[in-house]
This record gives sequence, C-alpha cells and structure tokens, in this order.
Amino acid sequence: MLPYGFGRSYGDSCLNQDGVLLDASHLNRFIAFDEARGILRCEAGVSLEEILDIIVPRGWFIPVSPGTKFVSVGGAIANDVHGKNHHRAGTFGCHVTRFELLRSSGERLICSPQENTELFRATVGGLGLTGLILWAEFRLKPIVSPLIAMQRVQFASLEEFNALSAEADQRYEYTVSWVDILVGGTALCRGLFLGGNHEQAPSKLTARSGKKIPLAVPFDLPAFTLNPLTVKAFNELYYHAQFAKKVEKVAHYEPFFYPLDAIHHWNRLYGRRGFLQYQFVVPFDHGYDAMRDILARIRRSGEGSFLTVLKQFGHIQSPGMLSFPRPGLTLALDFAFGGQKTLRLLDDLDTIVRASGGAVYPAKDARMSGANFRAFFPRWQEFAQYIDPRFSSSFWRRVIS
Amino acid sequence: MRLLIIGATSAIAQEAAKCFAADGAEMFLVGRSAQKLQAVASDLTVRGAKRVETFVVDLDDFERHAAMLDAVIAAFDGIDAALLAYGTLGDQRKCELSVAETMREFTTNCTSVLAVLTLLANYFEGQRRGCIAVITSVAGDRGRRSNYVYGAAKGAVSLFLQGLRGRMSSAGVCVLTIKPGLVDTPMTAGIKKGPIFASARAVGQGVYRAMQARKEVVYVPRYWRLIMLVVRTIPERAFKRVRF
Repeated sequence: MLPYGFGRSYGDSCLNQDGVLLDASHLNRFIAFDEARGILRCEAGVSLEEILDIIVPRGWFIPVSPGTKFVSVGGAIANDVHGKNHHRAGTFGCHVTRFELLRSSGERLICSPQENTELFRATVGGLGLTGLILWAEFRLKPIVSPLIAMQRVQFASLEEFNALSAEADQRYEYTVSWVDILVGGTALCRGLFLGGNHEQAPSKLTARSGKKIPLAVPFDLPAFTLNPLTVKAFNELYYHAQFAKKVEKVAHYEPFFYPLDAIHHWNRLYGRRGFLQYQFVVPFDHGYDAMRDILARIRRSGEGSFLTVLKQFGHIQSPGMLSFPRPGLTLALDFAFGGQKTLRLLDDLDTIVRASGGAVYPAKDARMSGANFRAFFPRWQEFAQYIDPRFSSSFWRRVIS
Repeated sequence: MRLLIIGATSAIAQEAAKCFAADGAEMFLVGRSAQKLQAVASDLTVRGAKRVETFVVDLDDFERHAAMLDAVIAAFDGIDAALLAYGTLGDQRKCELSVAETMREFTTNCTSVLAVLTLLANYFEGQRRGCIAVITSVAGDRGRRSNYVYGAAKGAVSLFLQGLRGRMSSAGVCVLTIKPGLVDTPMTAGIKKGPIFASARAVGQGVYRAMQARKEVVYVPRYWRLIMLVVRTIPERAFKRVRF
C-alpha cells in the first residue's frame, strides 16, 4: 500500500499499480496552532492552501513552499519539497519538528530529529514508503504583510544568470528564473530573473489575492497546440513583454508563489498525449559544462519545453536520506510526450546529469532507470532498511528492479 | 453566535462547523464519542472558533436530552441556533426482517429528533429568537422501496418541522429543514459513488449559507429540488414498480 494525498506528483511516485492507495484526504483536521511561537500541528491530509488560509491572516507563513499550494502536508514531507527560498531556508523537511508515523504493524511512532531519528530521516523525502504520516508539526515564519516586494530582471546568458543569482540570492529571500532554452549559441539560455521579499511595511493580512481569474482549461487541447514553434513564439513574446531590463513591483503572495494554481487543469494544454516533467540538479563544479551539454542535447532533439524554471540551490542540508536538493543549479523542464523519442532524450539527459554528480527529482519523474536512481541517491540502501514491509509504490518497484 | 451542534462528528456537521468557526462562533458539540469530539473541537478552535465545548451523549437515551440542553445553556449563557445533524443509515433489508431493527432506526432518526425538538422549540419560543436547523433528506419526500424505513423517519421529521415552522413564526424563530441528496460521507461508505454524489464540504457549506439566510426548506445541492419535484409527481402506479 501507499499513502495518497492530492496526487500532485507528476509521475508514478504517488501511484501503486495493482496495489492499494491509502486515501489520506480524510486526515484533514488541524490539531493545534501555537500562535505565539508560530508552530502548527495538523493531520497529514491538510493542504497548504487550507493552512495559508488560516495562518496568513494571523501573521504567519509557511517556511518553504513548492510551486502549488494544492499539496498535502504529508506530501510535502514525503517529497521533501523545496521552493524559491531554498538558498535561505532549505527544504520543507528542515522545518518539521515532529510527526507521527503509522506502520503496517500497527505501531505508531513519533519521529523527530531527536526521537526515532533514523526513521525521521528516512521518511523526509521517503516518498510515503516508510508508513502513513498521521499528523505533523512544523515551524512557521512571521510576516506583517501578505505582499511580496519583487524585482524582475532580464538576463541574456547563463553566465549573466549566475552573476545575477550570486548577488540576488544575498538580497532576496525568494529567487527563481523563467528561462528560454531555445535561444542557442554560447549564451545557452536567456530569461527573466525574479527576486522577492516579504513586504516589511505592515498591511492587511489577506490569505487570497482577491483576483478571481476563472481560468480553466476545459478539455484536452489538440496535440499541435504546444509544439516547438509555438513555444519559440511564446518565449519571444514573454522575454520581451517586460520592456525595461529591470522592473520592480509589489504583489500579493498568491500569484507570486502559485501562478499555475490560477489555471485549473493546466496540464490539458498538452492534450491527450500528455507531457513529461524533468527536473535535475547539477553541482556548481562542472555545472556550466553540464548545462551546456544538456541544453545542446535538448536543442538537437528539436523538442521545446513550455515552462522552464532555473534556480540555484543553496547549501542548507536537509535531514532526508533521499532528499533531492543539493548545492548546484536546478532546471525544471516539461516535454510534450512524443513516445520513444522523448524517453531517449531524457535517458541521454540522465547520463549527463549522472556524470556530473547530480540528481533527478523523483516527485517529477516517470521514467528514470534503476541504475541512474541508485547513482543519484547514494543513500538509497540506507533508506531501504526503513521501508515498511507492506508499503510499496510503482516508482519504487521501477527503480529497484 | 452561540451554536449547538448535535451530531457534531458527522461529516456534514463538521464542514458546516468549519464555516461557523471562520466567523468566530462559539460552538457546543454533541456526539457519542469523546475522542472524536475532541478532535473536531481542536480543529474548529484552530480554524477560528471563539470557544468550543463538547458533550457526550447517545440521543437514543431520551432521559439525557434535558441535561444536554441545560449544559449548553449553562456553558454559553444561552443558544442562538441549533443544528441537528445526527442520524444513521440502517440496513433496509435487516429492518424488513426485524421489528426491533425497524424501531431502532426510527428511534434514532425520528422519535429522538422529535423529542429534542420539543425541548428546543420551547426554549427558543421562550426567548423569541433563534434558529432551529435539522438535516432530514430527500428520501423523506417520497417512500422508495429501497430505503423506506429511513425515508419514513426523515419524512416524519420534515412534516413535524413544517408544523413547528408555523408555530415558531409568530415567535420570530426560524425553523429550517435541510434536505441533502446523495452525499459522500462515512454514512454512505457502503454505497457505490456516482457523479450525483455531493461532497460533504459542498453540503456543509450549503447548510451554513441556509442558516445564515434563515431559509425555510432547502435542498442541497439546489438541483435536488427539481429532481424531487419530478419524483413526487410520478403516479403511484408507475412509481411502485421502480426498482431503486
């Protein structure tokens, strides 16, 4: 069996073919909120959205947020999610004080950095394989305003990005870049660098931005909608849409953190064939070379990635044994699924990532090979000891064979 | 707003309670399980309830009804609204084969409710304001071969509420009958789900809105009003042959 929250993982890490899924959506209660110290305890099926709705009006924020708020606390721990502030705050697992794990034996174990420590470290990033998290407690961060003061800067090459990032990561809590990788040449990529901080001037703490953009993709779009040509055209428009090289503005946190959440069923843009997400990290040494090789291989394939996101991971270590983030450059891409061609491309990318000592993110993966997984996550054997004998997932069976 | 919720651990009641909690209501939760009530109470407290108290009782025990009412009035110095959200969905076949089973179903879903309503009505009439909301069911609109024991119990309550509404109107007390259709909750765990099943959240929010608006009779979701209008007009000769 395998716990199932919101099923937002892109591949099969949240699936258990021919097995049982434990629907954690009924574990949806709050247990306690220490408003003075900013510590929240809730059942594992509570979503980050519900949490924000409660804590923001009271002057608190979640310590680490992934790109969507439609994930459960259990899922955030199981994938040890990271966000735009990894360089400052590490992963979600870094802020978990403790949780209760239910094993198939019926045992209920409180796990924390001090108690059942190894089981704690196995469960953080453990993809739900160590048991069912019943509830979790984690630290929040204080805010005085729901707004984010942000700066958006154009950059015309990877080198420029690295320089920007090195400097901006000191000034900004949250940084991330949208990139256009079809640009070619020695520049390798160009894009828009986004940096943001919680606004320090107090203002009314609203959980929602109030802008109801009722956007929903009503059905699977035809296959030709997102193709290398349209992607190239979109990239051109988007890069130049910002007329000045540098733009500063203040916006509500909701669209800053969760731009895709505003478009329901955005995955339908890819049509029935669907898409594959691919996120990797390459260490800073040889990072430039690895990126160059990866981007060259992608260009050779003729495939375009519609939404490509680039960031520098920081040095804060997560307690998780299978934690994905490590110091280096991380790039997230999506490819319309074109069958063998796409799979071969990603296998080739895996090879480059592996050679540079990097890793590919399981939460987004649907096809990485066992050999590569074991290379990306050298602590996998240590982790395997803590897997519950009755728990398994399609992902795990795939990467262990 | 001081709210008495009987059957507070039921899925629909919990969802409705969350809406009231966001408004900072004070809630008195009544149910059979102390442990479950405590979990619900903690949740509502985090969600913003100004104060939450719990009371353990099985409503089949009629002797305890007055004590329950006394407890909430003492704890909150009065009640502004009451929501009756408890009930069981028994096994129709078992009821057909056993008088005792049928009587048990009817006691929980009908007569105990009428007993509680008798006490509540007098209290609210005395203070000449308030709202009494009761969750019955679309099953009470017409007797169906597949669940007529449940339907009869709910139907009797709906009829009782109709009369009570008349009596309470001159006292300025709102009497609200809430008729959910098919809802995805632990009560219907044994029934295969289809698209017509509403979520407990949607129904809970409907209950909250109806109570705020002081409605009389609401179907939740609203389209059930139309469905039941049609169902009620099917001639008996045809309806008796229907299999559901």
